[in-house]
Amino acid sequence: MIALVEVTTTWYLVLGAMLFSLGGTGLLIRRNPLVMFMCVELMLNAVNLTFVAFGRQLGDLGGQVSVFFVLVVAAAEVVVGLALIVAVLRRHPGATADDVSVLKG
Amino acid sequence: MLELVWLIPALPLAGFLLLMLLGRRIGEPGAGWLATLLMGGAFAATVAVHLGLVDRGPEERAFTQTLFEWLPVGGLHVDVGFLVDPLSMTMALFITGVGALIHLYSVGYMHGDRDFARYFALLNLFVFFMLVLVLGDNLLVTFLGWEGVGLCSYQLISFWFAEMPNAVAGKKAFVTNRIGDWGFLVAMFFTFTAVGSLNYIDLNSNAATMATTTATAIAFLLFVGAVGKSAQVPLFVWLPDAMAGPTPVSALIHAATMVTAGVFLMIRVNPVLAASSDWVPDLIAWIGVGTALLAATIAVSQNDIKKVLAYSTISQLGYTFLAVGSGAYVAALFHVVTHAFFKALLFLGSGSVIHGMHDEQDMRRMGALRKVMPITAATFIVGWLAIAGVPPFAGFWSKDEILAHAFDNSPALWLLGLVTALLTAFYMSRQVFMVFFGEARWNDPLPGDDPDEPREEIHPHESPWTMTVPLIVLSVLAAVAGILNLPFAGDNKAFENWLEPVVQGGQVELTLSGSDQVALAIASIGVALIGIALAVAIYLRKRVKPVEPEILAHGWYIDETIARVVDGPGEAAFEGTAAFDRVVIDGAVNGTGAVVKGFGERLRLVQTGYVRSYALAITFGAVALMVYVVTRISR
Repeated sequence: MIALVEVTTTWYLVLGAMLFSLGGTGLLIRRNPLVMFMCVELMLNAVNLTFVAFGRQLGDLGGQVSVFFVLVVAAAEVVVGLALIVAVLRRHPGATADDVSVLKG
Repeated sequence: MLELVWLIPALPLAGFLLLMLLGRRIGEPGAGWLATLLMGGAFAATVAVHLGLVDRGPEERAFTQTLFEWLPVGGLHVDVGFLVDPLSMTMALFITGVGALIHLYSVGYMHGDRDFARYFALLNLFVFFMLVLVLGDNLLVTFLGWEGVGLCSYQLISFWFAEMPNAVAGKKAFVTNRIGDWGFLVAMFFTFTAVGSLNYIDLNSNAATMATTTATAIAFLLFVGAVGKSAQVPLFVWLPDAMAGPTPVSALIHAATMVTAGVFLMIRVNPVLAASSDWVPDLIAWIGVGTALLAATIAVSQNDIKKVLAYSTISQLGYTFLAVGSGAYVAALFHVVTHAFFKALLFLGSGSVIHGMHDEQDMRRMGALRKVMPITAATFIVGWLAIAGVPPFAGFWSKDEILAHAFDNSPALWLLGLVTALLTAFYMSRQVFMVFFGEARWNDPLPGDDPDEPREEIHPHESPWTMTVPLIVLSVLAAVAGILNLPFAGDNKAFENWLEPVVQGGQVELTLSGSDQVALAIASIGVALIGIALAVAIYLRKRVKPVEPEILAHGWYIDETIARVVDGPGEAAFEGTAAFDRVVIDGAVNGTGAVVKGFGERLRLVQTGYVRSYALAITFGAVALMVYVVTRISR
């Protein structure tokens, strides 16, 4: 029998933190630019989840409004980022993020 | 009409710009006439402003026109503005008046020169800067004009720059003037520190309450500047060499206008001089009389017609500094004005002679020119009588006033001034007799010349009307300018009353009785006549063999000594300074740069270019911030 467990805000916050850590770790350890990109998206959406959870708990509409801003920024970022990645991969097929380091000091 | 003052310098400036842009297209003689016309316009504008000033009461004769704010920097506010008062108007009147005549003269003198338009452009630019100098209402605007006339002087001395000596002479004038300009600059710094403003009105009204040391420093440093510009001992060496330029330039710049700038500056700040320690006026008076005597002794042995006049200019400027040092500012400016007339006349006359003699400048090859150049000779003789101090010509009145004030100050100064007057009469008479009287030596070989060398036959001729008309006008002025300030006019001395508002802060009143003044005047007439009589005996009648020692012909070897000092220990000192600059100063600057560069070399390795390392850094930063927020702020 499945115990009826109440899903509290904490669950959402824990999930958000896990997703954020996952994304952050992925960004740090992976080399494939597309995967790294997806990790960034994961982090953004983890933050979104946290926003929404807090917004609901506190009854503050501000949390949900912030999510819209993050979504817009993420959309814009995707446009620029994907374009860059496509351009890089077209020139150097199979390039990793470490290959794009000509601006090193 | 006082608002028209901006027009006075604007017209010559317009002339310069026009001639710079279109000069070659306008060509000869259009460029000369354009420049002369604009100078005439500037003179007319000056007369209009002058009349406007005369209309006002003596107490209200100071009008400031501010054109625009120039330097609003912190506590320093400098406007480009003009100060119209009796002093600046007197200067502006003779600068534009004599300047216009010299422009007209130059149309004839520079005929056929390939750089005709450039000459007139520079001449107009010079007059513009000179007017800025005298009209400026603060030290910085005056300094702007001061440097500007220096620049034009350099350009015009080395006008025929294709010949090495001319270029060297220009450089010499420029460098010598720089030494004096140092004094002017530092004086400005002191003025700003002490008064908080560079305006003459602020400086002069604060002079009485200023600390004596401050006033002394400002007065002394401004005098250093004046020594350079007005060719006094020890910075006079550039002026004789400046004769390398075209003769009208010598007349305008090195006799009538630019060299008077130092005297003008001294008169302008006369309340500061009055507030300074006594040694400053004494120093000025002694330097003045020393310069006058030294230059007069050198002039006695010169054979170049222009060199005689050059040393005579230095000598006459020495008189004006003697007057300034004795607190006789009116007499100083009076002599500046009369000197502008008769020295411009003499220089233009010598130019006419040089022109007629086909560029021959050595007086030993002249003589008897009065027969072929009657107008030049007649006007030159008027100038000669004026400078020699023969009444009623202008020079007598101004020189006599200076000598009276010098006697009041110290009889020793007067005695040296009197000896100078004797020498002045002597060397000017010598010049007149060698050039215009005696027998013609036009084609004689000079001592040292090869007698068999074929020479061009010289047939002297009178100059065209453009050159003789200025001579005639100036000779009239040199003859009658004395009526400006006749000594026996009592309270009706026009020039003294006119300048009263400007010089009341520093003018020293004459304490001599009337009969003493007459006695001094008789003494100066006496020495003038003795000087002329000596010259008659030696150079006209040939009763006595001339004494022209080598040491005087070489100007006491001052030039040679300076050259030796500068070439020897001077150059070593400069090399040492340069080495110090290279090793210590440059070392400090380059060392700082090297340290920063080395640090940067290490630091740039932080930028790896790997996205992951940046991301890691951001992560650490975020964690650090979080730790800070959790542990510090939320508690």
